Amino acid sequence: MCVIASLSDNLNIPSPSAEIQIMNINWFQKQPKGSDEVSLTMNISADLQSLFTWNTKQVFIFVAAEYETRKNSLNQVSLWDAIIPAKERAKFWIRSSNKYRFVDHGKNLRGKEFNLTLHWHVMPKTGKMFADKIVMSGYSLPEEYI
Amino acid sequence: MVISSALIIWKGLICITGSESPVVVVLSGSMEPGFKRGDILFLYMNRDPIRAGQIVVFNDGRDVPIVHRVIEVHEQRDNKEADILTKGDANLYDDRMLYTSSNRWLQQKYIMGRAVGFLPYVGWLTIIMTDKPIIKYILLGALGLLVIISKE
Repeated sequence: MCVIASLSDNLNIPSPSAEIQIMNINWFQKQPKGSDEVSLTMNISADLQSLFTWNTKQVFIFVAAEYETRKNSLNQVSLWDAIIPAKERAKFWIRSSNKYRFVDHGKNLRGKEFNLTLHWHVMPKTGKMFADKIVMSGYSLPEEYI
Repeated sequence: MVISSALIIWKGLICITGSESPVVVVLSGSMEPGFKRGDILFLYMNRDPIRAGQIVVFNDGRDVPIVHRVIEVHEQRDNKEADILTKGDANLYDDRMLYTSSNRWLQQKYIMGRAVGFLPYVGWLTIIMTDKPIIKYILLGALGLLVIISKE
């Protein structure tokens, strides 16, 4: 039964879309312990209705900042997440500041260019889970702390 | 015969999924509403790097492994070692205070597998058997009876 459920999920070809704007950099500082931290407010809009099938229990979504530093080839920091419990709630617009702290593994964030990715994780009523993401690039942080 | 074929299937699952525990039972409510107590998770492990969003099972030297989602990854350029932070979907705070290492990050070596699929409710049987051992003995007795009867 589990296999049949997953097979029918495989037939679904989703066409999700999303857009994220950074409305404001609220503050940007070096912590007393030494790492850079930034607080920002985002406008997140998305249409994820095509991800839902009869076998979908919920879709977990999160927005992560992704960037490189000299020491790390990849940094992924989750800024915001939500659970979409039903197809009707999968087309939305929300303005929110980052739910989780955007703290670097060091002091590398000044003038840093980064991507914002919207990830989704489709959790079924039973069977295989699916995950994918949309990468949006072109964001950057101020050259100086504010 | 039943027991040995069950064992073969179990060992086969370990082989195919590349994980020491190819199947785990969800014991807490920290990943609700996605996973509930009693659900069974199917795990898969390979050499692919750990990335944010994946639901991982890890054990850094504790009694019971934890199933939570990766929310931060910092992967080093030279040796591909990564510092990882996890959090249960239903928890307010991340797992930093839980980690046994004084480092306050989770290392890739403690991750036993990624959750790739699940079956609801079925794990309740193992939870009931642990909470009420009498049921375990009744089941084992019944299984033993079955074996004896089928031998005839």
